[in-house]
Parts: sequence; structure tokens; C-alpha cells
Amino acid sequence: MTVLDIPELALVALVGVSGSGKSTFARRHFAPSQVLSSDTFRAMVADDENDQSASAEAFDALHYVAGKRLRGGRLTVVDATNLQSHARAALIRVAREHDVLPVAIVLDVPEALAWERTEARADRTFGRQVLARMSRDLRRTYGQLAREGFRKVHVLRGVDEIEAAEVRYERLFNDRRELTGPFDIVGDVHGCRAELESLLTRLGWQLHRDDAGRPVDATHPSGRTAVFVGDLVDRGPDSPGVLRLVMGMVAAGHALCVPGNHEQKLLRKLRGRNVRIAHGLAETLEQLDAEPAEFSTEVATFVDGLVSHYVLDGGRLVVAHAGLKEEYQGRASGRVRAFALYGETTGETDEYGLPVRYPWAREYRGSAMVVYGHTPTPEPEWVNNTICLDTGCVFGGRLTALRYPERELVAVPAEREWYAPVRPLTAAPARPDEVLDLTDVAGRRHVEHPYGSLTVPAENAAAALEVMSRFAVDPRRLVWLPPTMAPCSTSQLDGYLEHPAEAFADCRSAGVDRVVCEEKHMGSRAVVLVCREPDGGPFGPGGGVVHTRTGRPFFGDPLDAELLDRVRAAVTGAGLWDELATDWLLLDCELLPWSAKAGGLIREQYAGVGAAGRAALPATLAALDQAAGRGLDVATLRERMTRRRDDVSAYTTAYRAYVGPTDGLDGVTLAPFAVLAAAKASYAGRDHGWHLSLADRLCAADPGFFTPTRRRVVDLSDAEAVRDATDWWLALTADGGEGMVVKPYAGPAARNGRGSLLQPGIKCRGREYLRIIYGPGYTEPEQLAALRRRSLGRKRGLALREHALGLAALDALADGAPLWRRHELVFAILACESEPVDPRL
Amino acid sequence: MLLTLTTTHQPATDLGHLLIKHPDRVHAFDVPVGTAHIFYPEADEQRCTAALLLDVDPLRLAAARGRGRGRQPTTTPDSFTLGRYVNDRPYAASSLLASALSKVYRSALRGESKARPELAGASIPLEVRVPVLRCRGGADVATRMFTPLGWTVTATAIPLDELHPEWGVSRYVDLTLTGTMRVADALNHLYVLLPVLDDAKHYWVAPDEVDKLLRAGAGWLADHPERALIVRRYLAHRRALAGQALERLAAQRPTDEPTADDGVDDAPAAEPAPRASLAARRREAVHAALVDAGAHRVLDLGCGGGALLATLIGDRRFTEIVGTDVSSQALTIAARRLRLDRLPERQRDRLRLRQSALTYRDDRLRGYDAAVLMEVVEHLDPPRLPALEDAVFGYARPGTVVVTTPNVEHNVRYEGLPAGAFRHADHRFEWTRAEFADWVRQVCASYGYTAALHGVGDEDPTVGAPTQLAVFTRI
Repeated sequence: MTVLDIPELALVALVGVSGSGKSTFARRHFAPSQVLSSDTFRAMVADDENDQSASAEAFDALHYVAGKRLRGGRLTVVDATNLQSHARAALIRVAREHDVLPVAIVLDVPEALAWERTEARADRTFGRQVLARMSRDLRRTYGQLAREGFRKVHVLRGVDEIEAAEVRYERLFNDRRELTGPFDIVGDVHGCRAELESLLTRLGWQLHRDDAGRPVDATHPSGRTAVFVGDLVDRGPDSPGVLRLVMGMVAAGHALCVPGNHEQKLLRKLRGRNVRIAHGLAETLEQLDAEPAEFSTEVATFVDGLVSHYVLDGGRLVVAHAGLKEEYQGRASGRVRAFALYGETTGETDEYGLPVRYPWAREYRGSAMVVYGHTPTPEPEWVNNTICLDTGCVFGGRLTALRYPERELVAVPAEREWYAPVRPLTAAPARPDEVLDLTDVAGRRHVEHPYGSLTVPAENAAAALEVMSRFAVDPRRLVWLPPTMAPCSTSQLDGYLEHPAEAFADCRSAGVDRVVCEEKHMGSRAVVLVCREPDGGPFGPGGGVVHTRTGRPFFGDPLDAELLDRVRAAVTGAGLWDELATDWLLLDCELLPWSAKAGGLIREQYAGVGAAGRAALPATLAALDQAAGRGLDVATLRERMTRRRDDVSAYTTAYRAYVGPTDGLDGVTLAPFAVLAAAKASYAGRDHGWHLSLADRLCAADPGFFTPTRRRVVDLSDAEAVRDATDWWLALTADGGEGMVVKPYAGPAARNGRGSLLQPGIKCRGREYLRIIYGPGYTEPEQLAALRRRSLGRKRGLALREHALGLAALDALADGAPLWRRHELVFAILACESEPVDPRL
Repeated sequence: MLLTLTTTHQPATDLGHLLIKHPDRVHAFDVPVGTAHIFYPEADEQRCTAALLLDVDPLRLAAARGRGRGRQPTTTPDSFTLGRYVNDRPYAASSLLASALSKVYRSALRGESKARPELAGASIPLEVRVPVLRCRGGADVATRMFTPLGWTVTATAIPLDELHPEWGVSRYVDLTLTGTMRVADALNHLYVLLPVLDDAKHYWVAPDEVDKLLRAGAGWLADHPERALIVRRYLAHRRALAGQALERLAAQRPTDEPTADDGVDDAPAAEPAPRASLAARRREAVHAALVDAGAHRVLDLGCGGGALLATLIGDRRFTEIVGTDVSSQALTIAARRLRLDRLPERQRDRLRLRQSALTYRDDRLRGYDAAVLMEVVEHLDPPRLPALEDAVFGYARPGTVVVTTPNVEHNVRYEGLPAGAFRHADHRFEWTRAEFADWVRQVCASYGYTAALHGVGDEDPTVGAPTQLAVFTRI
């Protein structure tokens, strides 16, 4: 029995004359969808599988389909004679384009048998001489296959061997998806053995030493695996020592290692090739000279056996020295290897004569995390789910490791500068902080942040781009956007769609035992970023900004500036600048009355509907009364129209509650309810008692301009307190109030016992208020029954995603993250808002 | 929503025969958005009134309005997304009522009556009342619509909110029509004009609507002085359909004098008469500037619907033309207008459309000979201008940049443009010539360009040309 080893991902070319049994062979060993037969494609393009004139078109289509399959990572078998070198060359080209290995399987049967089979088929009409020519082509082919680029060539001679052959799949060397870690991924060591020892110790590894005291292996008590991103050698003081340890760990199965460009060059040197001795290679060679000659041989064997990249943990993690773009992951070809070792360069050189690296990571949109080294940076930075761990230890920086899946960075400082850098260690792409690039926000994007991750669909990004660029305030000042808020679960209580009972039940089931119920103000959301200096602060000119929940300027100038002045004065009056040691504050507020901002909307939409209803229904009722007077049976209709009239009247009352006289800022008040951030601090972790007490102090400082937030703090296990809060809500809403927001008392960043983020607030809206949301007559039993089928899952998911992004944005602001990173998060919140969600929720 | 039809023709109860609805019964018909009821509030020898009450089911209405609509446009984040649920449709007469009318009074609309054939053909005194009719353009438009048809019109605007008299009147009128005519004519007038006055059809207007309109308008529409407005609104402003309908109507008219155009539809207020020609002259000027600069590979930044692209693609000197806009909707419109899918391959290969935003740096826009910002900068809030300057002059850095923008000084020459108002609702600013020159100077100094300034359009000795143009050249 002949075993045919084939890589799991390969382009397999069957080679053989007509009648050699290729199709039968393909049927036996491969799934029908894996086999692309030239006959099938001839039939597809020309309705006749024997129409040789259609061959060119048929192969064109075949190559196209083969390319699509290979792009998707699927084994593909080409069932054609493949006897001519140009036909095979085309297949090699397709394989290379998709970085998969080409494999040939030759089926060689006696010509007489092939002729017998051919003659037995009614549809094959060519003569014996054609077959004879094919046989001659086959003979010639043998010697050429390997040279043409087939990485494996299997030859099956005679019927028996063909019959007995077995296909066995072998995985690519880089495919280690079965390894799930946990991993400690170590950045470029460059001969810094001492730092490597410290780092491993820091990470909890135990070092094992030989008799001379040199570390030769390490183990981790919780069974972690180390992964080295390459560049173990050169420049540093003890490259052999690093190699000895890593080689020991790899041999013992405690570590994986991918090669770096420095190992590659060392290998060539050790193999006696002529290489330029530069970039610290001299030091390594010198140190190796002090070792026995066998050691160098071992090193050469080790480096030669390294695989250029690994795909780990079910495909979720990719490690390569210089990173790897998505198309190359899990593939094998020369250019894949080159990319993994050297990365991509733009062809330019910088002012130090070093090649300018192409920022592939900024374009990376893959789902696998890519961990790499190669380019020294002062601070490892996540870019599109990729991270470079080279923190320039050998240049006096740090040696950094990433704990996976924890995503924790652990670093030890260099003991000294071991080697002077050619280029000073600066953040790699010197991006002016104030400048935003379209690639920071456009297209389908995967946004990773400390509270989770999400994928922004391209169409949402496109919509958000328009809003952001045409309507929003300057991104420097747009540091946070409020998340959307989900309502409480739907009430089944008679006449209610939302009721506190459900809001409290939602909180309990989320694992919250203490909540604050805040009055839902009847205004517009306003985010106020106020700087201590009217014309200074870290956010550019203007001394801050007031914007809406979608990031638009609130009123525009000059009112916004006036509003900021009032807030600034109150913050000063309350003494918060010094108390919080800050020169700016970010406040989450509601601006009242609603008509101040939405007067047009109230007049044109709400009032219009009311006017039409208030005119139409009395006229209708008058006509019905007349008809009833004639003895017609219109009682049911009349009753329904009467209820409609009453509903419209209640609706009118509801919208009128949002109208207040304003002139400029006269009549306008601001109700702050959270102090989100200040210099170097996010206050998302503070409880709402703290937030509201600061808000109260602003109210006290300027009671004419600030409106306090009425509230109830409720311990959900206290039935009395729950009843009291419910009555409070009933009174509030009966009085024309909009309702309340129920928040975990612990604060915006509260988590439940399982450690998951909680909804930052659940709104519970008043029965009358909902008329302007669901329509005047939504309380009609049949309408209410239909509305109770509303589904909240999408809205809740969205609220939580936006909330998590918002928290990340606040942290990024506190951490002084670059503008593009902060903007990316805020942009993602805005993009979430393009999700189609029922606007009534 | 309610519509009553009254006659004092005697015996008045014959109205029941004409409408084929017995006055002593209450009739109900299922229609897509609810139930249409017909009853007679009064029915005696002297006077008989048939009331059509369309009882709209809000759930069915919301479902119907939801069908076939895409997501709400996010370009106007403050837009009224709740309109699907909170709206006037259950109360105000509209195309919904017209549809119901055509269903429940089908024979009467055709003027057919088995019981009273002569009466159906006779003019009789009629009174129509629609207590709430949404009337775009105000009560006056209703008068202009119905008066030429022989009706005496009483249209009273309904106040928006009694508690807020300062808000003025709503867009609804209480309409009463009196006249002497055939019942069928009256119903056809209503069938066509109710949706026209409302100007918001509840369904997609397909080409067969032209036939429906001409059928219902037989005998009166061709000679109606407002027929252009009626046709346009009835066909939901679909230009091609309206043109078709007007042509067919013209064929029915003995003489073909032009019809008065209406000033009701809110065409953008500014640049009334010379608007089209100014836009064309602006394109010409930009085109000429690009040719002068010897540019071959050009960017039209903020290309909108692609008017300039259409000009550029006609000139073979431009080998690569890229139109960008921040609105993907604008790009779709541009692609359709330029018939991108039907252009010959060689032409098509020269043109590309891309979404991009001028407040972000965009790698794909680097390395071009020239870029055009035609009527673009004034759509940006002034604090965002530095971002645009960086993205265009600092990063894309084309050899030539052509910028046009309105000259605000010239606005006084536009009648109908209130003092201090901008020419377009989305303009965030409009510059005087001095302000524009200042900006140009500052950009040149910051980014290493030189610039020449011109006016486009008729030069006015005191206020200058309506459009100002700057050609920047990279040093």
C-alpha cells in the first residue's frame, strides 16, 4: 500500500493520460466538492465536456474557482490530464497566489489499458495516436514536476498501486491550533539572558540549570507554555545563554519559538554563507566562539527547524516575528515566510537609513490576535488586535511578555543599555496626535478595549463617518458619548407597558441589590466638558464644549459659550477644581426644558398630531351623534371615537409638559447627574451617591441655573423601600413626569457578582409620557397587547456595548491615550447608534 | 378621518342611490389600514349627508408604513424616527382617505348608477366637508385647487395649539366645498386633490399612477391652471412620470399655452433665477482652472451628486477622476446619474467614486495632480476647517487645489433671500471676499501654496461676483 501524504491545505494536481483513471481516483479519495474536473468545466462553459475548443475558457473558470477555494483555505484537487507544462504552470501560479503548497499525483497505467478504457467510452472520439502523444508527454513530465514547483510529487505506477493507494493528510507545521495555552509570549530578547531569567521568574516560571548553573529549561507550575517571537540573538551580552535556555524549553515542550530575522542571518552565517557582519551579529559570533563547536551545530539545527509562524488556540492567536497579515495566516509560501521574518517595507528609508516599515497592523482587520516583535517601541500598543512586544530591552528599554489569554503585559527593565540604538526609541509611527486618519474609523473594524471588543460593520462606520464629519464637534473635544438606554422589561400590569416592578426585577436578576432611582428629566441629554480656563485647557480653544447625545454642538455659539461660563462659575463656586485637582470636568447632564432644544420638533411633529386629532375627533363624534339621533346603530363606533378623543387629549397634555418659555439661556436649566471624568481620572468607578452629591453642590452654587435630580436609594431586599419608590414613581408620572432611571448604586462601572458589566441604567417611563412615544392611543387594550410583544434584547445588547465603549473612552482619556485611539472608541459608539433598533425603546 | 358629502337636491335621499349605500344602514368595509365606515348623519327629502369615516388601525398603519422602508437615515440624527408611530394619519385626510374613497364609492366615481342613471349624469347642489385636511402650502393652495373646478371654497386653518397661540396655525385646514356638479366629478376631484394637498403619498408611486391620474382627471385636469403642481405632487415628484403625464395632458388641450408654475413647493430659497446658470458657470470655471493647471489625475472632493464629474468625464485630458463624498447616499446618486454601470469601459475606468471625509487624512487621495473643493468648505463648521486644511493641503497635497465658495456680499442681490440668511440651509458660514482672501492667505502660508483669486458669475461693481474661486498651486 502506498501512502500519499498531502498537506491539509494544498492544490493537488492529478496527472495522467486519458483513461488512466483520474476521475475514479478522485472520486474515491476526495469529496465531490473538492474536485474540479476540466470535463465538468468544459460542460459548464460550453454544454459539452468533450468540446476541446472550450478548453481555454473552461480552465480559466477552473482556475478562478480554485482560487476562491484556496482563498477560503480549502483543499482543492484538479482533475485534468495536466500533461503540458503550461497547464501545470497555471496551477502553480494559482497555488502561489494563495500561498498554498502545490502537490502532484501522477497516475501511470499501461497505454494499452488506457486505450481500452477510452474506447469503451462512447463520448471519447479521439484516435490512438492522441493517446500515444499523451503517453510521450507523461514520460517527459516525470522529471519536470519537482522543478516546476510541486512541493510533493507522488507517482503511482500500474493499476494495482493506484488501487491500493491511501491518502493521508498532514498538517502544516504552522498549524498548532490544538494548543490552547495559556501562553506567555516573550518579545525580542537579543541576548539579554539575565533579563529573560528575571522576566520568566516574574511570570512564575521555575528555571532549571545545568551543572554549570546555566539555565537550560524552565517550567511553569500552572502548565503555561512560553512562546518566543524570535530575535533571541545578536547585540546582547549572552546570545548563547538565551539560545541554550530557549532550545531547552522548546525541546522539552515547554516553549514554542518562531525565528526572527537575526536567527535567519545567523543560520546563513553558520552554514558558511557570506553575510554582512552587522547589527550585532559580530557579538553573537564572538560569544559562540567561546562555546564548543557542537553547540553551534545544535543552534543551526534548532534555527533551521523553526517554523516561521504559528497559528494557535483554535486560530485565535497568531505569533510571528514581524507580524502577519490575515491572508498569510496558516499559509505556506516564500512570501509568507518573508513577511513573518522581515515584515513589509515601503521601499523608503528614514533619516537614519533604516527601512520604513509598512504599517500593516493599521490595516489589519483579521479576527486572530497577532503577537509579534521586530520593531522596537517604547510602549506596546494594541493596534487592531495586534501587538508588538519588542520594547527594546537590548537598547536599555524593557523585556516584555504578554500573558494570553489574560491580555496582561508583564515587563522587566533592562539592566543597562547593552547596545546603542541607531534610531532613538520612539513610538514607531510618529503620528501627529492631533491628526486623524480615515483608516482609524472607516470600513469594517474590530475594536478591542479593556471592557470587551466589538466589530463595527462597514455600513455603520460609513453612516457614522458622515455624522461625525458633518455634524459633530471637534473630535478633540468629543471625548465620550452617552450610551443608549434600554427600558425595563415589559410590564403585564393592566394599562402599563413599563412599571417599576419590572425595573426592580430586572436589577435583581442582574445581581444588583442596591439601586438609585433617579428622576428622568424632561429635557435633552447634554454632555458638558468644561475647562477651568475660559480659553485654555487640554481640549483646544473654547474652554470646553456642550454637545448632544450624538455629538452635535448643543445650541451653537454664542449660547454654548454662555452656558459653559455658567457651569464654570458653579464648579468654581463649589470648589471642585481644587478638590478634584483638575483643570477640567466632564459632566453628564440633562438640559431643561425639552422645548429649548427640540422646540421645532414639538411644534412640527407633536403639536401637529394633536391639532389634527383635536379637530378631527369632535367633528367625527358630532356626525356620529347625528346618525345616532336618526336611530342608526353607531354605538360601538361612537364609543371607540370617544376613547380616541380622550387619548388625544391626554397626549396633548403629555407633550405640553415639555414646553417651557425660554429666551436665550433664560428659562434654561441644567440637571447634572454624573461627574464622569477629570484630569487623569475616570470617575466611572465612583458610586452614584458621590456623583449626585457633587451634582447637588453645583445646584447649591447656582440654584437658578441648576436643577437637582430627585432620587430614591433603594435596597431591593427591603420591601418597604421598594413600595415607597414605586409610589414615588406613580406620583411623579401622574404629575406629568417622564419617569425614572434605575441605576446600580455602585456607579457607572458597576459589575455583578460574576464580574460582568451591568446596564448602567434602566429607564422606566411613565404611562402618560409613553403616549408621545407609542402614539396617543397606545393604552388601548389591543394595541397594548401587541406592544407587549416588543423585544428588548437588541436594545439591551446595544446599550451594553455602547456603555463598555464609553467606559473605555473614559479610561483612555484618563490614561492620556492618543487622540486617534480615543476617537476610535467614541466613533464606535456613534457607529453603534446606526444599528436599526426600534426607536420607541 | 372624516369626509362628508351633502346634497339638497330633492329628494335628497337619492344620494343613497348614487353612492349605492342605503341611508338607513351603517356600512363597513375593510381597507388595508383599517375600516371604512359609511353612515348618514342626516337623510331626509331636503338634505342628505353621507359620511365616510376611515377608522385607521395604528398597528396596521405602522406595519404598512414599515414595509419596504430602509433604516432611518442617520445623517440627521435628530430626525423624527418616531413618525411611524406618532403621526396625523388617523386624523387628517390624505391619500389613505382617497384610496378608501375609490374603494367604497367605486361606481359613483365612474358616474354609474343603475337606479338613477339620469341623476348620476346631472349636476346637483353638493357640499363637501373635510374637517381636517393636511394642506401643504396652506389654505390658499386648497382654494387655488378647487376654485377653478367650480367649487366655492371655505378653508380655515386650524391653530397648532390653543394654549400656545404664538405657535400660529397648523398645516391642517377645515375645508368646506359647495357647488353644483355631478357627484362623480366631485368624487374625482377629491380623489385626486386630497393626496395632492397632503403631498405625502402612503404608497410607492408606480408608472401606472399616470393612467390612474389621467382617468380620474378626465375632463377637468387638462384645463386646470394648477395642473403642473397637481401632476407633480400626485406623482410624488417623480420627474419622469410628471413629464409624461403633462405631455399627455397637453395633447388633450386645444392650445398649448404654458401653465403657471407654482411658488408653493419649497424650492431652495436662494439664487432663484440665475441658479442653474451660475452652477454651470462654476463648473466651467473649475474645469478651465484644471485644464490651465495641466492636471490629468484629479480629485473632486465632496462631489455630491456628481455634476462636476459629468463635466470632467467628457474631457479626455483627464485620465483619472476620483469623486469623493462623505455621504454614501450622495455617491449612489452620483453613480446613478453618471450611469456608471452603462458607461463604456474605457470611460468607466477613468472614474472612481469613494466615500471619504475631509476631516480625516486619507491615504488613497495622495499623489493626484489636482483637487477640487467646489462649494464644499462652507458646509463645514469653522472649527473643523483646520482638519480639512491638513487633510487636503497638508496630507493629500495635490499640485493644484481649486476652491469655490459663495460670496456672502452678493447675497443682497438675491430677492427672496432674507437679510443675514445663507443660500443653503446646511451652510455653516458664508465668507465675504476679504474673509475668503484671508483664509486663502493663511492656508498658503501654512502649507506652501500660492494662490490666485477670481470671481465666478456676473461681477457686480459693489458686491462682487456671486461665487469666489481660488486656485492654489503647490510651491
